[in-house]
Amino acid sequence: MNLRLHIWRQKEPGAQGMLKAYDVADVSEHMSFLEMLDVLNERLLENGEDPVAFEHDCREGICGTCGMVINGRPHGPEPKTTVCQLHMRSFHDGDSITIEPWRASAFPVVKDLVVDRSAFDRIVQKGGYISVNTGNAPDGNAIPVPKVNADLAMDAASCIGCGACVAACPNASAMLFTAAKIGHLHALPQGHAEKGARVYNMVLAMDDEGFGACTNHLECEAACPKGISSLFIAKLNTEFVITSLL
Amino acid sequence: MIMELSGRTPLGSLTDKWEKHKNELKLVNPSNKRKFSVIVVGTGLAGSSAAATLAELGYNVTAITYNDSPRRAHSIAAQGGINAAKNYQNDGDSVWRLFYDTIKGGDFRAREANVYRLAQVSGNIIDQCVAQGVPFAREYGGYLANRSFGGAQVSRTFYARGQTGQQLLLGAYQALSRQVGLGKVNLLTKKEMMDVVVVDGRAHGVVIRDLVDGKIESLTADAVLLCTGGYSNVFYLSTNAKACNVTAAYRAYKRGALFANPCFTQIHPTCIPVSGDYQSKLTLMSESLRNDGRIWVPKERGDTRLPNLIPEIERDYYLERKYPSFGNLSPRDIASRAAKEVCDDGRGVGPGGKGVYLDFADAISRLGRKVIEDRYGNLFEMYQRITGEDPYSVPMRIYPAVHYTMGGLWVDYNLMSNVNGLFVLGEANFSDHGANRLGASALMQGLADGYFIIPYTVGGYLASTGPGTHTEAVRNKAAEAVQHSEEKITRLLAINGKRTPTSFHRELGKIMWDKCGMARNEQGLQSALVEIPQLRDEFWNNLRVPGTGEELNQSLEHASRVADFLEFAELMVRDALHRKESCGGHFREEFQTEDGEAKRNDNDFTYVAAWEYNGNNAPLMHKEHLHFENVELATRSYK
Ligand SMILES: Cc1cc2nc3c(=O)[nH]c(=O)nc-3n(C[C@H](O)[C@H](O)[C@H](O)COP(=O)(O)OP(=O)(O)OC[C@H]3O[C@@H](n4cnc5c(N)ncnc54)[C@H](O)[C@@H]3O)c2cc1C
Ligand code: FES
Repeated sequence: MNLRLHIWRQKEPGAQGMLKAYDVADVSEHMSFLEMLDVLNERLLENGEDPVAFEHDCREGICGTCGMVINGRPHGPEPKTTVCQLHMRSFHDGDSITIEPWRASAFPVVKDLVVDRSAFDRIVQKGGYISVNTGNAPDGNAIPVPKVNADLAMDAASCIGCGACVAACPNASAMLFTAAKIGHLHALPQGHAEKGARVYNMVLAMDDEGFGACTNHLECEAACPKGISSLFIAKLNTEFVITSLL
Repeated sequence: MIMELSGRTPLGSLTDKWEKHKNELKLVNPSNKRKFSVIVVGTGLAGSSAAATLAELGYNVTAITYNDSPRRAHSIAAQGGINAAKNYQNDGDSVWRLFYDTIKGGDFRAREANVYRLAQVSGNIIDQCVAQGVPFAREYGGYLANRSFGGAQVSRTFYARGQTGQQLLLGAYQALSRQVGLGKVNLLTKKEMMDVVVVDGRAHGVVIRDLVDGKIESLTADAVLLCTGGYSNVFYLSTNAKACNVTAAYRAYKRGALFANPCFTQIHPTCIPVSGDYQSKLTLMSESLRNDGRIWVPKERGDTRLPNLIPEIERDYYLERKYPSFGNLSPRDIASRAAKEVCDDGRGVGPGGKGVYLDFADAISRLGRKVIEDRYGNLFEMYQRITGEDPYSVPMRIYPAVHYTMGGLWVDYNLMSNVNGLFVLGEANFSDHGANRLGASALMQGLADGYFIIPYTVGGYLASTGPGTHTEAVRNKAAEAVQHSEEKITRLLAINGKRTPTSFHRELGKIMWDKCGMARNEQGLQSALVEIPQLRDEFWNNLRVPGTGEELNQSLEHASRVADFLEFAELMVRDALHRKESCGGHFREEFQTEDGEAKRNDNDFTYVAAWEYNGNNAPLMHKEHLHFENVELATRSYK
């Protein structure tokens, strides 16, 4: 198939960016979206032009490195699919595709489609962990965890930290990301000792990083490549209220 | 001069060595720990666990990764699980059995004492991860669940759906994040290590390049830990993340660290076959699928009927036929070669005949679709997303792909290389898997190294050497190393030829896959030794990298890594050429039994080949002879 791409080009942080058009011919339906961009970049390189900068690593939908907004949707048209797992069979000959970076003030553009997501790491550093030093642990089976809780924890923990939730949210809120980490740790008995402080500190960190407030649009859930449920947000809200009252 | 290397394994009985050694290692006084600085390069399982634990102990830690977050390290992609000798299933597992399976699985080319220690600490890893909140799979009673993996007859693999690596890495990442939040770890992301600073045989720091603004600088410390992963991407197509590369290990080699058994690479039997020449990487389908999937090809050559139309009696379940006691759970090297053999025989399926079926029909009719969905749902979805085929109704098509590298920098029992103060952990070292790694044991090794071994051995080293980085000689050497890295970047940008870094990488990968891949022979290896230097020459004369070195320049990053692969590949081939035996993942066609199995030569090759960089001359090979005092060198049979 033949495609016309409109790609966001921006030389460096703070620079003026713009959409630039590129035609790509002979795209196979078996290619992944990123392989299609590879083909474009190889051509640009051969012509001595600056290739499009985009991030990726595992190309298996698990590292959360890739991410771009495709025709207005984070990670593109397929539900529960990262852009590295999106295949060209989801597109048609003659399609025009607009490709932009995540847009959020807490995720400044570094170059083209690359943004700086270190704000996520800083939220985790404020409490997204269980404080246990190496060597302190009792036997793994000493703390039985009901299967439903373990499964719930796993549902939340499957977040890959890609930032699609932020990109999808009209307020650029990081609520789903934060709620998923809290939902994971609070579904397990091990996570209970630090519950209050964790919720409080992580929510504060989220505000400090410049993410917006959550006003329940739930675009995040629809965009999440791992299908993380917005119910975790409701849980976080309840816990935050309780903590603030204490 | 050729040396006989010693692994410096402590004396005493196998079962007591580690305990005894821990008691003998010197300790750093708690209030002195903050006077020592440690650089940890890499934040995968090995690096994150080491950095977090050393910081908990009180050392000054700097953690470095080229990813934009520690959580994105390649470890995140591990699917199937992690082994531990817990014997929760009461099926006869023990530390000894895990040790024995790993030594045997490695085709008797690993150091006994290291492997035994690995099995000993394996249980602690599970405990630690559970305490951190890793959501391992559980049974209805709330206790931990297990599954089986290749090369073992007990069920000792712990897992978190098909995302075990992700959950273990997030556990380690969270422990690391806690230390970053407490101000005890200085975390540097988007920084690539370009060189090691070595003065008088001791490591004093590293050179790093900022991938966003291109700035190159040196950092010094009292010890340096390389936790930089494996080099499978020398083959271009592999199951590894795209950025995985050999630069850190290779640069350490060029500064004097020995590179051990570089030719020991693992080809994983169950990957999604290549679909076209635009292919950028290969996707693994977890080995755990072999618990329930049956592998087969048609009995007749060139049978192009749809799989569902081929009757049972016309199918060859070749693993079950050849290896009745392990069947579909035969170890990786064996299963991969068997797949190659049937495909070479013209019985492969799918485009180009490069594939075999992995069929779940029996399991689905025996257990029901729901059970299979629970066990492998996300893997089935992934398969469907990539191929557009539904594995619940049509068998998967799979083919072997490069997956893991057993070779790596040589380390002693303390995980220290021959360069003092330069420690190597995880996949980057050579230590535990011999010539073939068993499934679910890389995660175990990375975390064993980082959580439970290095905190002791680094302490022992620092206590006996004391701080020592702030000398004139170190400053000079660091400045020189920075300049050296700057020159490499300038040179890459100045060539201004016609070909892209990817085109060279692909071509190198093809040479390596054809000549130094699943099967190797003298002639092929000799010709690779001619082709690689030619390609390298062309690279340095005809490469094209646009842009500058002072901005985010992904082509430049890639070119710099390919440059090192182009040198390293030659070392791998040399190693493969010299090892005139077949063992584990290293299959030399000249050395096989009548029924096509690997033929080891214990008389001449029971050693680790550790290569020393020797400038423009051929590298020198040193040997560490392996002494087996507790197991008998048996012919590895899975029949
Ligand atoms: C698809 C797949 C599935 C797997 N499944 C399993 C499984 O089920 N069970 C199992 O036991 N094993 C599995 N493995 C193997 C296992 O995942 C790896 O061997 C292991 O995770 C390696 O961990 P590591 O910490 O040594 O290195 P990595 O996780 O590769 O981390 C390397 C780190 O080093 C950094 N780095 C490297 N070079 C530099 C440099 N020059 N400068 C700065 N930073 C650098 C990287 O940024 C990264 O942080 C699997 C592997 C693959 C590919
Ligand atoms: S590249 Fe890893 S999730 Fe897409």
